[in-house]
Amino acid sequence: MSGSAEEVKKHIDVYLKVAGALAVGTVVTVLASYLDVGVALGIVIALIIALTKGSLVVAFFMHLLEERSRAILWTLALTVTFWFVLMLLPLLTMADHVGTPKTLPNANAAESHAEEAH
Amino acid sequence: MENVTTAEHVEHEEHGHDEHELSFLQTYVFSQDHKVIGIQYAITAMLFLLFGFSLMMLMRWQLAFPGAPIPIIGDLLGQANAPGGIMLPEFYNQLGAMHGTIMVFLGVVPLAVGGFGNYVLPLQIGAPDMAFPRLNMASYWSFFLGGVVMFASFFVPGGAANSGWTSYAPLSVIATEGQTWWLVGMLFLIASSLLGSVNFIVTTLQLRAPGLSFMRLPFFVWAQLVTSFLLLLAFPPLQAAGTLQLMDRVAGTSFFMPSGLVVADQALEISGGGNPLLWQHLFWFLAHPEVYVLILPAMGIVAEVICNNTRKPLWGYRALVTSIIFLGFMSFIVWAHHMFLTGMGTTISAFFQVTTLIISIPSVVILSALFISLYGGSIRYTVPMLFALAFLPMFGIGGLTGLPLAMPAPDLHLHDTYYVIGHFHYVVAPGTIFALFAGIYYWYPKATGRVMNEVLGKIHFWGSIIAINFVFMPMFITGLAGVNRRLYDGGMTYAHGQEVMQWNAVMSYGAWALGFFQIFFIFNFFWSIRNGRQVNNNPWQSTTLEWQAPSPPPHGNFTTPPEAHRGPYEYSVPGASNDFTMQGQASDADPNRGV
Amino acid sequence: MEIPYTVTARPDTGLNNVKLGIWLFLASEVMLFGGLFSSYVLLRVGAVEWPLGADFVNIPIGTFNTAVLIGSSVTMVLAYASLKLGDLAKFKTYMGSTVLLAVLFLLVKSYEYYEKISHDHLPSHGTFLAIYWTMTALHGLHIIGGIAVNGYLWGPGSSMFHTKRDQFIGRVEAAGLYWHFVDLVWIFLFPVLYLL
Repeated sequence: MSGSAEEVKKHIDVYLKVAGALAVGTVVTVLASYLDVGVALGIVIALIIALTKGSLVVAFFMHLLEERSRAILWTLALTVTFWFVLMLLPLLTMADHVGTPKTLPNANAAESHAEEAH
Repeated sequence: MENVTTAEHVEHEEHGHDEHELSFLQTYVFSQDHKVIGIQYAITAMLFLLFGFSLMMLMRWQLAFPGAPIPIIGDLLGQANAPGGIMLPEFYNQLGAMHGTIMVFLGVVPLAVGGFGNYVLPLQIGAPDMAFPRLNMASYWSFFLGGVVMFASFFVPGGAANSGWTSYAPLSVIATEGQTWWLVGMLFLIASSLLGSVNFIVTTLQLRAPGLSFMRLPFFVWAQLVTSFLLLLAFPPLQAAGTLQLMDRVAGTSFFMPSGLVVADQALEISGGGNPLLWQHLFWFLAHPEVYVLILPAMGIVAEVICNNTRKPLWGYRALVTSIIFLGFMSFIVWAHHMFLTGMGTTISAFFQVTTLIISIPSVVILSALFISLYGGSIRYTVPMLFALAFLPMFGIGGLTGLPLAMPAPDLHLHDTYYVIGHFHYVVAPGTIFALFAGIYYWYPKATGRVMNEVLGKIHFWGSIIAINFVFMPMFITGLAGVNRRLYDGGMTYAHGQEVMQWNAVMSYGAWALGFFQIFFIFNFFWSIRNGRQVNNNPWQSTTLEWQAPSPPPHGNFTTPPEAHRGPYEYSVPGASNDFTMQGQASDADPNRGV
Repeated sequence: MEIPYTVTARPDTGLNNVKLGIWLFLASEVMLFGGLFSSYVLLRVGAVEWPLGADFVNIPIGTFNTAVLIGSSVTMVLAYASLKLGDLAKFKTYMGSTVLLAVLFLLVKSYEYYEKISHDHLPSHGTFLAIYWTMTALHGLHIIGGIAVNGYLWGPGSSMFHTKRDQFIGRVEAAGLYWHFVDLVWIFLFPVLYLL
């Protein structure tokens, strides 16, 4: 963060505005949870709001928007990438059914067919 | 060419230049000096390596002579572990789980990263110490605490952890008390690693001497840097997983416990709904990068020793750096090749097969560059060089035997057999550990001002390289025959194992022979501290910055702050007055400057 | 022996050691909480049924606590700005508020835990409760750590304002980054556990 008094005061203005936005975001996210939209959409909405609030904290309170250091930016980029991998891949291992027959071939059941699941 | 006169002895005690004199405790126990901490890590780690090795030597008795009373030691193990001197299966399982845990987390990594990284890295970049000396001290003591907890676990009711070093749920959740100690120990060890990795990265980025750009860094530094990133980002999910398993064991949660689990004819009184595979994912998310943590510093050491003893620069420096960075990145997306038999679908298995095969490419590039670096060299067969040379084909065997394991189809047959044990031991034992020996012999004079005895070193080397192949090569044979891992009787009760059972005894004799030859090393290591031939600051005539410092370096490392004026491996430069020019040397006109 | 660039920025990286160090530490924390969030996702997807957050947790209380923690983040960054303006008194006010708000958060959380225990909503009683207790407890431990650091910087540590001001500002900046991260985790934790 830069040094001079006016710049710091400008930053303080931004902080207060962000504080307001975060307060609004909190209210919105609680209200949105009462909407009758089903689980999947509800999750998406909540995550979008959380991401927005989170981005404000990271960009302005943590000064990432002004950050020019390649070391920090690359570290964060790698971290986010690996975080995605950690979130997604175990799920994909559970969800992947390609090549698995819907019912297991059973020596006793003459009628069971191995179907291709999609 | 090189003088072997007596070295000037620099004062060993640390005296702060501008500070008050430090007490004995502050100097040697709770030190913030990276060199003291590095030695603390190294000695502690070597003790654990010896302990972990001893556990294996015990196991090998049971495997060679199942059901036979263990001579001498058998009666000392106690009734709970070996009644009548005959090892119980429960004790065998403890030995197996703790051998793996100790070797990986208390032995190899603390020596390779905590020991070598701490001692050598700041010296090689011309820094006075690590960026955060107090954090460094904290990281050692966290490691030490973790080690104490792990060691103590042998003495609790039921003994130490016995569910494999991989601690798979649900077995680990219902296992004896030792598993809880294992988890607590891991929490300390992981914390230690995290603190250390932050320190290493900041130090490497921030404290490089003037003129030391990234592409002038010794390859050893690159290796430690990438390793630190692996530790930083891969360990936390295991920290999380360990916490969850602790909750399962202590708070009765069911993170990893499926519904309807029946143990010993009794349904477990748990809420269920958990997923044992969740543990495997979180565990292997760390544990795969962890194996690269095991190998990368070793590659760094081998690179240093090879170019020093061929009197030639490393071949393919840029390729090496690119490969090691790519390797580090890829190591995060291959982990489920440890889980090919868990019922994953074919698409996702194919994904992990592809990434795993791809990751072999940078490994091959690195190994090839190291091999090619020998070509045209003036090879000096010093003891460090013998170990570094042996690393190359041994790591090659380890790497090649990994290929069938990378693919689900052959892995179906080989998973959890001795083939796997053979594969990873080749990479870590005659691979990494030999590289670590090379490093010890190589940097010993920097830390002590004396060289280790060469005759003892050569006996240590030749005995070890021969014995170690007798231990691990037969594992491919028994593994291909289908003999499973972690079998208390070595596969005796299985029909498919009968033809290969005789190899068990061979492997055990190899292991005990290997143990015997380490005696030469242990004796040499301690004997040479007082009696080794004294040498000057740069007995190997090396180019990198650490050899500019006194041996041993004082607090603050360099008497005059170094600068890097050239690349790290200026050996045999045409027209130079010496066959090596030190990195800190400003011009060729004064070859002794900085030495 | 002085370690260079502890306070002043190194020209080619543009950073001082403390700032780089704390960001690296935060990267590891992202992976730590990421591991837990990943576990949450996996367990919930694999679950036969999953309770509504509202069945077990009190949304108004959670909302209040969210506001408290966000508030503490605001006061934290204002404390830092006050330091940059050279105003120690303002720094102490804002930093003190940060600590107090953090303590309030913990008190509310303790009340929530107490309520849970008295209703027998223990972690062993279901996967949702297990992950709720574990994630909020780990987050709570991080808050305690933050209180300790911020309390030290407010109290005995603040004497460094007079002796080595730039180093002190660097420490407060690092503590602030950590504290914002703790808030960030809660910004995700709150909707995930309470609202979904």
